Amino acid sequence: MAEQDNIISTREITLHMGPQHPSTHGVLHLLLQMQGEMIMKAEPDIGYLHRGTEKIAEGLLYHQFTPYTDRLDYMCAMSNNLAYVMAVEKAMGLQIPERAQYIRVIAAELSRIAGHLLAMGAWALDLGAMSILLYAMREREIVLDIFEQICGARMTLSYLRVGGVRYDFNKEIVESINELLEVMPGRLDEYETVLIGNRVWIQRNEGVGVISAEDAINLSLSGPALRASGVKWDIRKDEPYLVYDRFDFDIPTGENGDCLDRFNMRFAEVKQSMRIIKQAIKDLPDGRFNVDIPEIVPPPKPDVYKNMENLIHHFKYVSAGFKVPKGEVYSAIEAPKGELGVYIVSDGTEKPYRLKLRVPTFVNLQTINHMSKGRYLADVIAIVSSLDPVFGECDK
Amino acid sequence: MSPVDNDTVLVDKVRAAFRDKVISTTVHRGEVTHLVCASALRSVCTFLKTDPDLRMNFCADVVGVDYMGETPRFEVVYHFYSIPKKHRIRIKVRVNEGETVPSITSIWAGADWAEREVYDMFGIAFEGHPNMKRIYLAEDWEGYPLRKDYPVRGYKDRYNPYGVDREEKD
Repeated sequence: MAEQDNIISTREITLHMGPQHPSTHGVLHLLLQMQGEMIMKAEPDIGYLHRGTEKIAEGLLYHQFTPYTDRLDYMCAMSNNLAYVMAVEKAMGLQIPERAQYIRVIAAELSRIAGHLLAMGAWALDLGAMSILLYAMREREIVLDIFEQICGARMTLSYLRVGGVRYDFNKEIVESINELLEVMPGRLDEYETVLIGNRVWIQRNEGVGVISAEDAINLSLSGPALRASGVKWDIRKDEPYLVYDRFDFDIPTGENGDCLDRFNMRFAEVKQSMRIIKQAIKDLPDGRFNVDIPEIVPPPKPDVYKNMENLIHHFKYVSAGFKVPKGEVYSAIEAPKGELGVYIVSDGTEKPYRLKLRVPTFVNLQTINHMSKGRYLADVIAIVSSLDPVFGECDK
Repeated sequence: MSPVDNDTVLVDKVRAAFRDKVISTTVHRGEVTHLVCASALRSVCTFLKTDPDLRMNFCADVVGVDYMGETPRFEVVYHFYSIPKKHRIRIKVRVNEGETVPSITSIWAGADWAEREVYDMFGIAFEGHPNMKRIYLAEDWEGYPLRKDYPVRGYKDRYNPYGVDREEKD
């Protein structure tokens, strides 16, 4: 009897996948307990990129921390900027001008397109469809070119600042965005032809990594991954911030909560983002692009070189910063990966007493074990891609 | 962000159900915060999740805060959200160094990693957590980095020549 067991059963082994593995995103290290090719338990081991961002924040002025947020989820830096500056503005009780709100919506949605494009491209690459990554990069390039036009940077943007945005939109930027809106639908159709109807693609994703709505909520999954399980929850709709309540857009939801649904959510969200941008560009009001409070907003850079008062103003802003009233706030936005929240405890000085980043990647990764248990090793690749983890964000 | 009648539900319901367990309640920028006794944390959380008017089914985050110099020294902050009711609430408990906080992982499994992060950064252990170990830092790491008495540059060792000497401190 014992002898027979030895022959039939395989020994359980532990496989280390990553942190340098071509098909894991960033420095994800997965400890896989396997019975043959079957996953018994998947345990992520994170922290390889931990930089102590929250500790650094405690020693910085409020406006000095904005560039650090770019380096969290560097695939869509605008959303990180937005989450942070909105939290500071909430703590100060600041209302920003309407034009700035519209510009922020456009910026955040452009970054959602850029983020989702990379997520979809990298996912397809992981499963062997290399051409989609090249297609996605082609379109992402257009978005990054627009970012360069807006603020001079492509990845680490630091475009949004407390009280508004850094530079105003001009005609050329609006034209470039309109061009993007024109070419994108055709390009998305290409994806649909190449990938979404592909039999191999469907087989690799359909029914893989299924998670029910109840389990997903219990495990605090958020963003497109949660909506794929059929939960209609989008912070842009349910707790509208900026001017999202003025736009007409849909929240796509899935039914099965598998990898294929999670892909389709992202694909559909790109289309919705384009709808929002189109309306925002059409309604873009005139006016100031930041608040009229000199302590919070520095003078325009060209004036600093010409005018003594502006130089003093600039110096004061950079070196002294501004005070935030005592109290604590939590402000959350719908980032491309899920709920991105910033919790600030202010003690009334120019530096945050405690700043906590509730990053979606970190929380979403908890579900990997639940999704991959009982599946095969090859499915883990699809599951990891379907959560779209970015480790700058996860490890903070 | 939530309308006024929501606030009254969030304030009154919890205060009425846990009259002697709620130490204080504040509303700041439209956000409701209850400071509760650590011993009552689990029953408060179960109430938040099951009450038909509150239905807090989503645990957004667990945060540690170090108020060095005050007693109790630490604060553990919970952010909950209700997907059906669309409102948020904040629950806080205060603990001293060396004390434990009851884990809420049996109520929301999603609190698992967040509680481990608090343990990793502040050294606050959660009682009843299935896997209470460090999450970001190495298992043999000494000290808890987000405590206010931990230097930003870290401590000096052979990998970190620019750190602060351990003896130099206090």
